[in-house]
Amino acid sequence: MPKRLDILVCSGAACISNDSTTIKNKLQAVLKEHNLEDEVAIVETGCMGPCELGPVMLVYPDGVFYIKLKESDVEEIVKEHVIKGRPVKRLQWTTPEARRIVEEKKQIPFFEKQLKIVLSNCGKIDPENIEEYIAVGGYEALAKVLTEMTPEQVIEEMINSGLRGRGGAGFPTGIKWKVTRESAGDEKFVVCNGDEGDPGAFMDRAILEGDPHSVIEGMAIAAYAIGAKQGYVYVRAEYPLAIKRLEKAIQQARKYGLLGNNIFETSFSFDIEIRIGAGAFVCGEETALIASIEGKRGQPRPKPPFPAQKGLWGKPTLINNVETFANVRHIILNGSKWFASIGTETSKGTKVFALSGKVNNTGLVEVPMGITIRELVFDIGGGIPDNKKFKAVQIGGPSGGCVPAEYADTPIDYESLKKLGTIMGSGGVIVLDEDTCMVNLAKFFLDFTVEESCGQCVPCRIGLKHLYDILDRITKGHGKMEDLETLEKLGEEIRRTSLCGLGQSAPNPVLSTLRYFRDEYIEHIKDKKCRAGVCQFEVKEEEVSLEEKLKGII
Amino acid sequence: MKLEDLRKIREKAEKELKLREGKARVKIVVGMGTSGIAAGAREVLKAFIDEVEKRNLQDVIVTQSGEKGLSSHEPIAEVWEEGKPIVVYGNLTPDAARRIVAEHIVNGNPVTEYVIEVKEA
Repeated sequence: MPKRLDILVCSGAACISNDSTTIKNKLQAVLKEHNLEDEVAIVETGCMGPCELGPVMLVYPDGVFYIKLKESDVEEIVKEHVIKGRPVKRLQWTTPEARRIVEEKKQIPFFEKQLKIVLSNCGKIDPENIEEYIAVGGYEALAKVLTEMTPEQVIEEMINSGLRGRGGAGFPTGIKWKVTRESAGDEKFVVCNGDEGDPGAFMDRAILEGDPHSVIEGMAIAAYAIGAKQGYVYVRAEYPLAIKRLEKAIQQARKYGLLGNNIFETSFSFDIEIRIGAGAFVCGEETALIASIEGKRGQPRPKPPFPAQKGLWGKPTLINNVETFANVRHIILNGSKWFASIGTETSKGTKVFALSGKVNNTGLVEVPMGITIRELVFDIGGGIPDNKKFKAVQIGGPSGGCVPAEYADTPIDYESLKKLGTIMGSGGVIVLDEDTCMVNLAKFFLDFTVEESCGQCVPCRIGLKHLYDILDRITKGHGKMEDLETLEKLGEEIRRTSLCGLGQSAPNPVLSTLRYFRDEYIEHIKDKKCRAGVCQFEVKEEEVSLEEKLKGII
Repeated sequence: MKLEDLRKIREKAEKELKLREGKARVKIVVGMGTSGIAAGAREVLKAFIDEVEKRNLQDVIVTQSGEKGLSSHEPIAEVWEEGKPIVVYGNLTPDAARRIVAEHIVNGNPVTEYVIEVKEA
């Protein structure tokens, strides 16, 4: 039940040392005395700011700010303000500063828990004006590496930062740069993977649209580190605005001499071209992407050799994701130590997630690695609409899996997610409530991967279709108990034997829902029941008529 | 481009961004990412420009940016005023944009029902 009043007691360190705990306890006791516990909520908050005026307290919805509280004041506040609705003027703070805090606390906590590094410029600067980017320190990192650092130092800095690929697999970026630098070749390339294909994920789009120069700068720094002169950005055709802004950004960078020959009057030259994808999901896989840039059919090939050894036109090629490149300038400017101080032991920095599904605030959020799923869904996402029950999150899109509500306190990093049977992926997070059928969800993602399989290798082309058919049967009420075993066995086989990441990860949605929501599968098969009410079961006509017939005979 | 050139541009552009020595007193930044545009940011941007022109507000500039992330509250716009915290508005309509120009920018009263964040400049 919603309370009539919310009393926010500041529990920042300064207020606590000023005895705010006593105030809170007293408040609790006095409210109880007057039987107001059900009407008034006490909320302990983080530091509100004006520590020198503590202990402080804020009352909503009135927006009254009390300062320098003593235990003896509490009784008066309850009797006058809570019961009679007359704020205690003597203790009230009414300066503009207080008004600001009152307003601030009311705001959506969406932005509060976020830490914006990659997205810091998105929504702030004009992406079509290079000077606004320069105003916030743009191209300073490039200037720094070209004038003060050797390529080896740049690579060492990247390794020390602990940055891992943001495209999904999480390979250490610095190591990739090192391998590419050390590969023999007269010519090398830098490629930016902007073929963001996961349904619901749009962090790369937001970066390319909102801060395209940060990607260009990251690529130029990488080119200097590995010894490349030419770069390509591969963007999907479905992102016309991103392409337009990036095109404009490249032109402006050329005009300002930040791309082209002898950048910052050094011997370093670098330029970038855009290549537009034709809408195939598999082209996000690096070897397929290379084939597509070369003008061939977008199909993956076996690895090794890795692109770092033999990539574009057989030359050593560095491929990183848009978000990975966007991190580079911040690491160079603020140092690897700073970057490594954010996040967890094995996953450093921040990650941008695309939050969607059954959650109040949807959109892009950038949070430090190691934040829990609960914080993401409830604090930033604002919880589940219509008081529905939180069921699970689907992380990593068609290559990822579901994490059930029981594991909501799991910190989000590469390793923890892997343990739970999902992957970080590109960062799509779909929140599911009690109205989501897990079998149907697995079917939805399978439908997508079956459609997007390039058809080159058998496990992916035929295996996935078979998985899909079984799921389809179960959701229509024709499933058999043996199907569950087949799903698991076949899923494992596909995972083990597919040629590329698409097939290797495509069974994840099925396997993870089977792991955590097996009873739902069983309900579908045995009881022809879908607890979410999503699946429509077909009645088998022959079965009914046969029974009827038998009844007539006996 | 030399290193000194970059620093010079930065110095100049920083001032413009912070409005200190620029001509403008107020800057309206409309989020023009795909999410914003899909939610109607173009109409909102047009309404801002139109209203600013109609009132002949010489010291107000209307500009664009990418998206901030909060897609469910698009279209989103920020109002930057010299020496004041930045006010972020969400769920905007062309009418709301006109009200913001009239009530917030001309008369100094933010339109609270559309405010989603107030942050330090």
